[in-house]
Amino acid sequence: MFLTDLEIEAIQLSLKVALWSVACSLPPALLVAFLLARGRFPGRVILDVVTHLPLVMPPVAVGYGLLLLLGRKGPLGAWLHDSFGLSVIFTWRGAALAAAVMGFPLMVRAMRLSLEAVDRRLEAAASTLGAGRLDVFVSVTLPLMSPGIIAGILLGFARSLGEFGATITFVASIPGETRTLSLAIFALMQTPGGEAATLRLCLLSVVLALAALGASEWLSRRLARRLGMGHDRG
Amino acid sequence: MIEVDVGARSGRFQLEAAFSASGQGVLALFGRSGSGKTTLLNILAGLVRPDRGRVTIGDRVLFDAGTGIDLRPERRRLGYVFQEHRLFPHFDVRGNLLYGSRRAPTNERSVSFEQIVELLDLGRLLDRRPTGLSGGEKQRVAIGRALLASPRLLLMDEPLASLDAPRKDEVLPFVERLRDTLRLPIVYVTHEVGEIIRLADQVVLMSDGRVAATGLVEEVLGRRDLRPLTGIHEAGSVIHARVLGHDERYGLTQLAFADKTLLVGRLDLPVGAAVRLRIAARDVSLATTPPQGISILNILSGSVVEVVPDRDSHMDVLVDVGERLWARVTRRSAADLGLAPGRPIHALIKAVAVDRRNLGR
Repeated sequence: MFLTDLEIEAIQLSLKVALWSVACSLPPALLVAFLLARGRFPGRVILDVVTHLPLVMPPVAVGYGLLLLLGRKGPLGAWLHDSFGLSVIFTWRGAALAAAVMGFPLMVRAMRLSLEAVDRRLEAAASTLGAGRLDVFVSVTLPLMSPGIIAGILLGFARSLGEFGATITFVASIPGETRTLSLAIFALMQTPGGEAATLRLCLLSVVLALAALGASEWLSRRLARRLGMGHDRG
Repeated sequence: MIEVDVGARSGRFQLEAAFSASGQGVLALFGRSGSGKTTLLNILAGLVRPDRGRVTIGDRVLFDAGTGIDLRPERRRLGYVFQEHRLFPHFDVRGNLLYGSRRAPTNERSVSFEQIVELLDLGRLLDRRPTGLSGGEKQRVAIGRALLASPRLLLMDEPLASLDAPRKDEVLPFVERLRDTLRLPIVYVTHEVGEIIRLADQVVLMSDGRVAATGLVEEVLGRRDLRPLTGIHEAGSVIHARVLGHDERYGLTQLAFADKTLLVGRLDLPVGAAVRLRIAARDVSLATTPPQGISILNILSGSVVEVVPDRDSHMDVLVDVGERLWARVTRRSAADLGLAPGRPIHALIKAVAVDRRNLGR
């Protein structure tokens, strides 16, 4: 199968953006999932609502919000630029950020559900065996909720691959910088005579999605067996 | 020394418990379900925080509301065997067993992996997953896991309650073994009289969140006034005896207590071994003259201490034959025999009345 330079560029960029967005949102998503599942503090409902906002808001509106916040004149963007010389707008980092924000509620939901399903009596047992709180979390809670973490990563990854509205609003569609697979498909559609190339990119995105799905399925089956939730011996 | 004086409230349930016990041997927390036994155990373990009071074990203060001391469970170094095994599904048996021992301070590791595997017969199970084990096997692994953390005291919350009768008989000898070989003090929650007779030295009797009585097993279980709380509807007495010898020809074992001997069904115990047995009042008959031509092997002479009318047509009679025994007779028999305190009497006990379930060491 021969891919054009443009196709390879779009796939590489998409993977880079998706991996970075998942990697960077995983720790905060885990923390928020933990706070929402276990925390008893004032403002929990507000945190819950804010976390879910990107899920219910139009992606374009989210992108515009990011633009206001992180643009050169935005409060956070100006600070980042002045203090670190860092700019996310119109860069692949910005694309990763937009994808992370859009995927965040999905990741939190998956992890929160699995965390709520963890048997807290096992954590109590671990503490009587000499494990401190962090130790219990790492050695018991995390492994037991790992199927939910895998599911969260897959959802975040898929959301990132498919992300369009927030990305194009926030970082535009710059070839080689922010033009991910979805944005490239859209750009080709606008080009006269680009039908065949559009179709090829669509098929590529199907292959990519199936590969991600297959990998996560394989991983979660393995985990389920390890956790004794599979079908091996009653 | 275990000293507890705590108050805790959860919903409408109020626990107000105070007792002290020697921190040796097996201490049974006994009472009906809902009497607060498990809550008390969780307070000892640090899994439930009391509203007031103080908990000390040996010279260590585990909880003191006054000074604000509240050691976290992982700092208390108490082993806990739960009613449900609570094994970690993501580790195999070996991983479960080693979980606590890896976290125990090196200089406090009192037992070795091999020793515990041998003691609880876990060798075959080491590479298996908890999901594949039977109930009895799971509970043995859970006991091993708690022991390998080298605890200073072992807490057991009805470890046999989730098992059926054959599995109970499978696990119980292991509990006896660890009591006898490791010399580890144990706090054992149960509502089964049989388990107390077999295992315990001291009893704390719980009722409605309060301690109704504390003392040696034979004292507390022999007290007639506590019967509504112990749930032992039948009177009975617990006595200490020693194996005197075996009669292989008839399959009998001769026990000695005070200056008397007692024949019971063959026991698989060495000569000289100490046993404790419970004799139900209904298995003891009384006679004013030593009867002859009778199938009952045990005829013990003594005197009547007390005669207590029961609700219905019966009388409970306490007789002293060196140890104190309760006998249950009809009102009519009591009148015919003229039973009254001080009257010389012969107590008749069938050898078959004492079985393994009523025996402890």
